Amino acid sequence: MRPRHREDYGVSLIREEDKSAIGDVLKSLVNPVKLVHFTQELNLPYGREARELLQDLAALSDKLSVEVFNLLLDKERVAEYGIDKGPATIVRNGKDYGIRLYGLPAGYEFSTLLDAIIAVSQGDSGLEAETRKKLQEISRPVHLQVFTTPT
Amino acid sequence: MRLAHRFAMENDLIRADMVEATEFPDLSTRYHVYAVPKTVINENAFIEGSAPEGQLIEAIVNALEENTRKSES
Repeated sequence: MRPRHREDYGVSLIREEDKSAIGDVLKSLVNPVKLVHFTQELNLPYGREARELLQDLAALSDKLSVEVFNLLLDKERVAEYGIDKGPATIVRNGKDYGIRLYGLPAGYEFSTLLDAIIAVSQGDSGLEAETRKKLQEISRPVHLQVFTTPT
Repeated sequence: MRLAHRFAMENDLIRADMVEATEFPDLSTRYHVYAVPKTVINENAFIEGSAPEGQLIEAIVNALEENTRKSES
């Protein structure tokens, strides 16, 4: 399920043989999920790849959609979502939970993206009761930044 | 990483960013990211490696307490 570099495969960043497997995973989607994407393709090293990957992914499920904004020009949206770098991807349903992915979500990060999509679609964090309780008791802002790489 | 996003679903005050370390070298330098995954909590707490659920929530609670102590002193 690992998206390859566009130059290797021509048309799609998601390999043909992976599409059905990803499609199967996406069958567990319950409610529609929207990927809100901020990019600026000419200046970002993987800007085009990131946008195309999301669009290829969204094409695999009718419950998944992508909305693309320009990181520099769409100032209102950038402010609304609190975006300060790109490419940026927000995974949301009717509600914005504060879930963000910065950079090209390939490799390991692609599975992170799929996981977020499924959790948001099901509207369930899947966490243990004790963890949920502690999280709900938090009364001050928390900003988690998790640094990862594709491999 | 998956946990952080799932944590964000439980409380509107929590936001969770996945950051591709090589695409954002300035941030990686600022937080001394030499290995991944690395989790930064509110600029002042850090977890190296992937933390299980109980450890991550504990680290967040501790980081918030640390913030409070600093602002009171």
